[in-house]
Amino acid sequence: MESVQQYKVEREPQETLAMDPKKFILWLFLVSIIMLFASQTSAYLVRRAEGNWLEFEMPKIFWYSTAVLLVSSAAMQWAYFSAKKDLFKQLKIAISITFALGLVFLWMQFEGWKQLVAMNVYFVGNPSGSFFYVFTGLHGFHIISGLIVLLFSLTAAFNLRVHGKNLRRIQICATYWHFLDILWLYLFVFLLTFN
Amino acid sequence: MSAIEGLETAHHHDTEHEHHHEAQNFWQKYIFCEDHKVIAKQYLITGIMWAVIGISMSIVFRIQLGLPDSNLSWLKPVLGGWISDAGKLDPNFYLALVTMHGTIMVFFVLTAGLSGTFSNFLIPLQIGARDMASGFMNMLSYWFFFLASVIMFASLFLQTGPAAGGWVIYPPLSALPQAHPGSGMGMTLWLASMALFIVSQLLGGINYITTVINLRTRGMSFDRLPLTIWSFLITAVLGLISFPVLLSSVLLLIFDRHFGTSFYLSDIYINGEALPNVGGSPILFQHLFWFLGHPEVYIVLLPGLGITSEVIATNSRKPIFGYRAMIASMLGIAFLAFIVWAHHMFVTGMNPFLGSVFMFLTLIIAVPSAVKGFNYITTLWKGNIVFTPGMLFSIGLVSLFVSGGLTGIILGNSALDIQLHDTYFVVAHFHLVMGAASAFGLFAGVYHWFPKMFGRMMNTTLGQIHFWLTFIGIYLVFIPMHYVGIAGFPRRYYQFTSYDFTHKFMDMNMFISIAAILSFLAQFIFLWNFFYSIFKGRRAPQNPWRSNTLEWTAPVNPGHGNWVGEIPAVYRWSYDYSKPGAKEDFIPQNIPYSQTLESNFPHENELIANEKAIESQNYNDQFNAH
Repeated sequence: MESVQQYKVEREPQETLAMDPKKFILWLFLVSIIMLFASQTSAYLVRRAEGNWLEFEMPKIFWYSTAVLLVSSAAMQWAYFSAKKDLFKQLKIAISITFALGLVFLWMQFEGWKQLVAMNVYFVGNPSGSFFYVFTGLHGFHIISGLIVLLFSLTAAFNLRVHGKNLRRIQICATYWHFLDILWLYLFVFLLTFN
Repeated sequence: MSAIEGLETAHHHDTEHEHHHEAQNFWQKYIFCEDHKVIAKQYLITGIMWAVIGISMSIVFRIQLGLPDSNLSWLKPVLGGWISDAGKLDPNFYLALVTMHGTIMVFFVLTAGLSGTFSNFLIPLQIGARDMASGFMNMLSYWFFFLASVIMFASLFLQTGPAAGGWVIYPPLSALPQAHPGSGMGMTLWLASMALFIVSQLLGGINYITTVINLRTRGMSFDRLPLTIWSFLITAVLGLISFPVLLSSVLLLIFDRHFGTSFYLSDIYINGEALPNVGGSPILFQHLFWFLGHPEVYIVLLPGLGITSEVIATNSRKPIFGYRAMIASMLGIAFLAFIVWAHHMFVTGMNPFLGSVFMFLTLIIAVPSAVKGFNYITTLWKGNIVFTPGMLFSIGLVSLFVSGGLTGIILGNSALDIQLHDTYFVVAHFHLVMGAASAFGLFAGVYHWFPKMFGRMMNTTLGQIHFWLTFIGIYLVFIPMHYVGIAGFPRRYYQFTSYDFTHKFMDMNMFISIAAILSFLAQFIFLWNFFYSIFKGRRAPQNPWRSNTLEWTAPVNPGHGNWVGEIPAVYRWSYDYSKPGAKEDFIPQNIPYSQTLESNFPHENELIANEKAIESQNYNDQFNAH
């Protein structure tokens, strides 16, 4: 009996896939960002293999900024869970922390640049330094775009428009923010490994 | 609390929904329009304007090459100071013309004009969707393209001329303003324009992929998609993966030019003075550029191949031969497109072993390409062929694809490439297989879907005349060009009169130029036919080609949302032509098997049981959004 049932289920026509188009668009957008950074890092490797490469130690502050971004990502997840359970107070706190830590991260990256300059590693000069600035700069640019997305969710959260029945906005925001976090981890480890 | 809010948001959506049907003002309807059909037409008209500019440029430099003694003073009203008092074309401007011709034709005409037009127009209509996944992004995509167009067009009027380093803009030529007048402001505008163009392509491509995957109507499974949609989907995926890489290379070039970094520059001496740039690698740029550049060839060609599949099947009144093989070969071509880029760089001092690897991968592309070629020919075999202009151009595409592809096998050899690199042999090869073939795809698409776009028919006789003149003209231009290339004529040279070895081929160059001018003139037949028919053409019936795909079930002039009432469901693939036993020689996709008992195969009779299930399926109808 059971096997007959299963057979019948298999014969039913496939439903056309119907994800939420807005979320799907986000994932494709992430693919294009991945390709952007994949090409940058492979250009780095190709260029590095040719020699004449300035080696320098990454300033310590980038370790701390990495930690800050990780915490902000965790706060983002906390905000999402709170929104799911309609815990508005916690949602507001969590999303504000995420936003603030995002700003702190940007400031720390900028401080890191200053320390690089103090180490005589400039944007103009040996490509190894230039690449460092390009990676951090491009990522910082994306963090700014992430902060703008976050700002929309933030205002929505404070106007009580993010809740268990209206999660799309904060889901998109969370996915993007986690992605930027993972992207930075990749760049950080990459720059540590191939300095 | 939250329940009430949920209600409120639902209400909010309702008002938005009603907003769709309000009368739109002129700006919403024709300028910043979010309807995919209008955006498609915007792309098409912009593409046609660019094509006129791009091809006219080629005619100017063909005159210079083929008739070097001619007096070009008659062009002074257009080109002004670029024509000397003696009636000679400025050599620097010649280089700019070649560069701009390449850029315009590859990116603005055959990428934006072809893919932008037909992906936008056909994807929602053929998969049964009201519109694109995001009309707003789609609108942005066009206006980014428009902005890129304006900047590129403006660069034509610079006193120092537009970019002139070749459409591939290799550094150091493109990176150093001292290198050439066109490497100054012209190059800056080129880079700005291309950055915007990439943004436009990404916005468009992301939309195409999302729409195809998520907005198909009930029953439109992947194995029932028309091949046009498959080709647009694969094209968009190629663009999504490769355009960010071009953005990367352009970005680093901008840093080199404007901030003094040395990504691509090293050890350069100008007038005995060393430049401060050390440690860069110009070869790095070539790697990045061709990682886009090679997939770009297929971004240009695949939509043409998809359009051809559809037009050939319809007008042969036969199912497409090897539907699954067609999809598999497109996927194969798309995959291989990403791992062959270095065949453009055989002579950069690459390790010969690496060259052999890339040669091997390159030659494999012949396999899926041949599958496609054979499938087209076997679809035509014993068909009841209707020679509409769209059909003629599709058959023409197959011919060009085969004859241009053959020389690809020669060029793909890393040893032969040493002789043929950067000669007219290369020029002839890619003009046949990529330029002319894709342009034929564009023409086929315009002739075939003109009735759906404008509700009127184009003149068939003029279309056929246009085809024959263009088809013969193309071969008269590019077959002799192969010989000129084998004889050793390098690309991008201003004139060949000063070398002994080129003397005896001067008459051949003249022949090519005259053929080019004649085929250029033939395009005005198309232009007249196109614009006249928009306003005065014969009114189109709903399904003029007796075709199966969903767009022909929509009204002759589809309004916003494409279908009045429910979107039709789909029960069969789109190639049921001349089915034995059927009353008509075509059965549209929305006809259920229960209505065609006389022509069903046994396994199709079994599918009748599924029809109720298909009708009750969920799907994304943007007019009944949650």
